[in-house]
Amino acid sequence: MSAVKKSIVVEQLRKVQMIELLSKEKRLDNRGLMDFRPITIETGVIEKANGSARVQVGNTQVIAGVKIEIGDPFPDTPDKGLLVVNTEVLPLASAYAEPGPPDEDAIELARVVDRGVRESHMIDLSKLALIPGKKVLAVFVDVNVLNTDGNLLDATSYATVASIATSKMPRYYVDENGQIKQSDEIIPLPINGIPVSVTMARIGDALIVDPTSEEEAVMDARITLVLDEDGNLCAGQKGQPGTLTFDQVKLATNIAKVKAKEIREIIKGEITKYAKG
Amino acid sequence: MKELIDEKGLRIDGRRVDELRPLKIEVGVLKNADGSSYIEMGKNKIVVAVYGPKEVHPKHQALPDRSVLRCRYHMAPFSTDTRKPPQPSRREIEISKVIREALEPALMLEEYPRTAIDVYLEVLQADGGSRCAGITASAVALADAGISMRDMVVACAAGKASGQVVIDLNDVEDKEGEADMPIAIMPNLNQLTLFQLDGILTPEEFEKAFDMAINACRTIYDAQRKALMDKYFGKAEVGEE
Repeated sequence: MSAVKKSIVVEQLRKVQMIELLSKEKRLDNRGLMDFRPITIETGVIEKANGSARVQVGNTQVIAGVKIEIGDPFPDTPDKGLLVVNTEVLPLASAYAEPGPPDEDAIELARVVDRGVRESHMIDLSKLALIPGKKVLAVFVDVNVLNTDGNLLDATSYATVASIATSKMPRYYVDENGQIKQSDEIIPLPINGIPVSVTMARIGDALIVDPTSEEEAVMDARITLVLDEDGNLCAGQKGQPGTLTFDQVKLATNIAKVKAKEIREIIKGEITKYAKG
Repeated sequence: MKELIDEKGLRIDGRRVDELRPLKIEVGVLKNADGSSYIEMGKNKIVVAVYGPKEVHPKHQALPDRSVLRCRYHMAPFSTDTRKPPQPSRREIEISKVIREALEPALMLEEYPRTAIDVYLEVLQADGGSRCAGITASAVALADAGISMRDMVVACAAGKASGQVVIDLNDVEDKEGEADMPIAIMPNLNQLTLFQLDGILTPEEFEKAFDMAINACRTIYDAQRKALMDKYFGKAEVGEE
């Protein structure tokens, strides 16, 4: 997910500079080590989607759209609806993004976000079965990255949960002939709670939250933790070819717990605002 | 939900919550490869080959200051309950990436500039925890290939099944259980190189599972060492330190 082209000499110089700065608890954009950039969330931005959200985390900008369709269940979960999260880092998102099928970074991005939503049981998929074993509702979340400046994981996660939480759909029912019909009644998706993703980077000995592209270009390792409403961990992923000490992992879980609470308030604020119209 | 632990505290395969599956590691199983290994961990059967350091193709991937590590985790179509189509899935692409990132910290890639090191993992049979078994086997194959290493890399998952924290989840526990958390460590440097979590753990359960997985990695590390000693020092000398 590093959108900054790496040059070995410059990379090393930047890293030295960055570590020196971080040792004084400072960052290039004057944030504290534990501060996120400003987060803005706007929902209901695409009328044709069942739900949508545009999220900005600093200069990182993503847009998520939910489409709900009738589909076939997976053979191993015949009585559950489907959730599919897909992401695309569009060529317009940075000078280094290229068109083409999603690369491993984009696949990891989508899969980690998907894991957070799925494992927190945010959507009650068992309520999305129409004809168990035959027809279920499929929730497709497509996230397009419009501008990259680091921490695509969290931005994509917030856009995904905000678009799901504000999704609306007609009530589907099965009539006496076994046909699937739509009623005029518009209902939300069955939502249980909001999972919140918190991504941290280790640069030298420092652990920072919400890394920018510049910070990601020199980071040693990245760790993402997703917390559910009860403060439990529900998904996690270490990234980058660097290491973390065992204590750093435990520290990261404590940081994530505090940050997730703060950010959940921001996301919920926007959802409530949207619900009130 | 399916009961995964019985009233005696035993799991569906008869193990205790903190018991590993039977483990077998062999070194140098493929003659053409520069290094290779074979691992069985429960019903997981994985063969790993290392080719390199070698010339990089395509050339633009080459790095002037170090070797490029490339990993391919692939499941044989017959390795799973329902046939897995042979083309790489999104899951396999993600796992290939995290395996590469788990191994790379242990390798002294700076010793081999402008080269590539390829690690190919073929899962012949999958039984839950194949990425962990794959990492454990890959580190052995890399050592067998004579690649300079800072430490070994060893992996194991901990998780939660039927409300209890368990180690080394099998296929059923992975699918039906509440959580699965694979980790990889460098056992002498005490560094974490892989961390993933899939499922819900309370902060207390997380601490317990994390420590349990690290301990299990240390046990598996002994098996890695023994496998390498068996090949390079002969079976008779094992244990005479």
